[in-house]
Parts: sequence; structure tokens; C-alpha cells
Amino acid sequence: MTDLKRTCLFDLHVELGAKIVPFAGYEMPVQYPMGVMGEHTHTRTKAGLFDVSHMGQVILRGPDAAAQLETLVPVNIQGLAEGRQRYALFTNDAGGILDDLMVANRGDHLFVVVNAACKDADIAHMQARLTGVEPITDRALIALQGPEAETALARLVPGVTDMRFMDVATLDWDGMELWISRSGYTGEDGFEISVPNADAHRLCRALLDMEEVMPIGLGARDSLRLEAGLCLYGHDITTDTTPVEGNLSWAIQKIRRTDGARAGGFPGADRILSELTDGPSRLRVGLLPQTRAPMREGTPLFASTDSDTQIGAITSGGFGPTLGAPVSMGYVPAELAETGTELWGEVRGKRMAVTVTPLPFRPSTYRK
Amino acid sequence: MKFTEEHEWLKIDGDLVVVGITTHAAEQLGDVVFVELPELETQVTKGDEASVIESVKAASDILSPLDGEIVEVNDALTDNPGLVNEDPQGDAWFFKLKIADMAALDEYMSEDEYNEFIA
Repeated sequence: MTDLKRTCLFDLHVELGAKIVPFAGYEMPVQYPMGVMGEHTHTRTKAGLFDVSHMGQVILRGPDAAAQLETLVPVNIQGLAEGRQRYALFTNDAGGILDDLMVANRGDHLFVVVNAACKDADIAHMQARLTGVEPITDRALIALQGPEAETALARLVPGVTDMRFMDVATLDWDGMELWISRSGYTGEDGFEISVPNADAHRLCRALLDMEEVMPIGLGARDSLRLEAGLCLYGHDITTDTTPVEGNLSWAIQKIRRTDGARAGGFPGADRILSELTDGPSRLRVGLLPQTRAPMREGTPLFASTDSDTQIGAITSGGFGPTLGAPVSMGYVPAELAETGTELWGEVRGKRMAVTVTPLPFRPSTYRK
Repeated sequence: MKFTEEHEWLKIDGDLVVVGITTHAAEQLGDVVFVELPELETQVTKGDEASVIESVKAASDILSPLDGEIVEVNDALTDNPGLVNEDPQGDAWFFKLKIADMAALDEYMSEDEYNEFIA
């Protein structure tokens, strides 16, 4: 086994009785004593606290930071207002996705959060092509998600009530400087908070002392994001999928598209822009299994019960505790991507019906 | 009751053997969300896949611990898979086997031996 890293909150996870598993090179909590189902439901009804410190936090400095970053992402970064955050994608020359990320305009710099498994590669990618790239290693990242997240966090940081979805702000609590965004990856209203390593334990304890806040592990994080129709990098989107195929065209603003003022100018622009115009050959869709059997990653998809030709595959799937039913996402040919199309997934040698369904499976509750 | 290294329990019920998974196994699996039971009247050989159980985390097989015929299945698990977590060594039995010779159970562990096995 290779050497696994720990976040600065590792001891807290152990104190809280977490079951620890290796994930993206880190020893991370997959669940606490409440269990995946309970943690999922708690986040949907109250407030869940997640340690996401394994993710990469990076500052991009310099007057040209936004223009420079636009050379790596098909996203309007120069138009991102101060105090706002936006979803973005690093693409490669073939139009594939290297990672998905969040970009915030924090006034004199951009603040970028990337996936744990990709962060070394992402940082190298940025450092090779941009100037002013400063990886942050002295800050933890936590997420507080759920309908009572605002109430809970506002007890410590009253200013968060003024924030709306995708706002970012620097706010203080008890002498610590918190970089807060109103965002998350659960489909719930909530916040992501960058906090100095030295203060992270104290902040988490203050939140966990509140009746509505419970710690939530990676297991429930996965089922929450799946119900919310959000992509898991390395599964639902990879270097083999383009943003258009991944059903992420909404992340590519008009200004970066053909005939836009800053059209193209990012890796893989030829393919991505032509797919935006002509349509992709396949598309990521929501897939609702029609039986109770979960259809997990890798399940092959067919157009009929007896066809020998595989037409696609599930890229993530499992049980959705809030829906009380299995939920999956996967890629299908564009002509079979219409809502309501019935397809067949092969589970343990048996073909089971699965229906193309709009994403998210459960409407998001962001405070827009 | 007898126990297997695959974390199944076996209980003699008249001339049948009732099969389920242990409390320890249910705890390890986490919340069970799906159970696929075998077809009635299936002839199974020891080691055959006789049921599938899926938790929020993963799918696992339940192997038949003995040669025999499936004569009864617990349909309650299909409608309420969570029963496996609530009462694994009671109401949440999976299937009943008709076997040729009850002596076949002898190879399996007693409760004490099983508790030592998982300790």
C-alpha cells in the first residue's frame, strides 16, 4: 500500500467513530456511526458537515489571471464578478475533460478548488501554462450542507445570510479568517468553507456542537451528489468525454462559443465548438432503473432485451435514499437520449428496464 | 444454529434448513437496499450463488451453504430489504433448503466458534 495522506481533521474523524477508507490518496471517513442512509437523510433534512480538505485549493494571482485561466477552460472567467464563483472544466487538446473545478473571483486573485485525485496534475498543468499559481497547503476545506446549514453557520458567522448561491466572501469567526462560498455538491443549499488548518478542528467542533449538525462521510456524499445529478470526475466525466457529451454545455458561456467575443482559445476548442453546433454523438443522461436492483458503474446498456450490440454504459449508480429507489447516470447515443426512452441494463446476466430521466433526480434547493 | 465462514447462519426447521446472514455480516454491509432471492424449486449445489444482496455500498452474493432444493423464499425481503439490518438472525431469513442429509451441517461452526472467528 502506498503512503496515504491525512487531512488535518483526521483525528476528529477517528474521535467521531468514522470508518476510514483510502480515497484519492487520503485516509478519509466513508461513514460515521449513523451510517450512509442516515447521513444522507440528515443532510437532506438538517445539516451535514463534510471534510473535503483532500481537494486542492489554489490561488491564481496577477492582473491577467482571468485571461490566462481562460486559455485552459471553455468558461467565461473574465466576466466573473468579484464575490462570485463559477463551475469550470479543464479540457485537453482532444476536447476531453482533465478535471472539473470551481473558480471564485476574490477581488485581487482567483481562488480555484480542484478534485483531490487530480490536484497534482492540475497544479502542474496550471504551473506549466500560467503565472502566479500558488497552491495552498495551510488551509482545510469543509462543507456544511442542508436546509439548516444557513441557520447553523449564521450562529457563528451572521454575514452568511446575505450570501446567495455561488457568492463568495471572506468572513471572520473567533479570530479566524474564513473563505466562504454558498455552494456544495449535494444539491442542497449550503456552504463550503476554507479555514486555516490550525483552526479547522475548532470550527468543526463548534458546528458539530449544534443540534442540527452531524458529520457526513464519503458514502453519503456520493449518494447525495448522484441524486443531484452531479458528475463524479473519473467516472461520469473523464479525458474520454467532452463537456458537450457530458451534458455540461451550460458551463460554456456564449462568449466562449462560436461567434462569441472570446470564442475558442481553450484546449480542444475545435471539437467542443463543433459539438455545440452540430450536437454530440452521445450524451450523459439520468437513468432510472425500473426495478429495485441498483445499476452500478460499468453496467452495459442495450436498446432492447435481445440486442447483442451494447449502446452505452452506466458511469455511476446506486441507491438514492431520498428517492427510495435506485438511480444511475450513463452515456447513451444522442438519438436515444430523449426523456422517457426505455433502455435495458444488464445486471448479473439479466436485462432490466431503465428509463432516460431528466437530471437532477431530485430538484436542487439552492438559494438563488 | 450453525454458522459459515461466509457469515451465513443455518437453522434446522423440521426437515428444512433456513439460511440467513449474520448480524456481523449485516453490520459490515451497511444499509441493505435490494435483495434478489432464488427461484423456488431450484436445485443448488454448495457454493452456488443463491441470492444477491445490495447495500448502499456494494453488491454481494449469498452462496448456498449446502446441496439441496430451494423450497421457500422470504418474499418480505424483496419489499423491505431493510429487514436484513433490523433482524438479520430472525425475520430476515433468505431461503429454506430441503437437503438429503442433515449431517451435512456438521462441518459448520457453532455460535461460540463463529464469535471467535469474527473476533
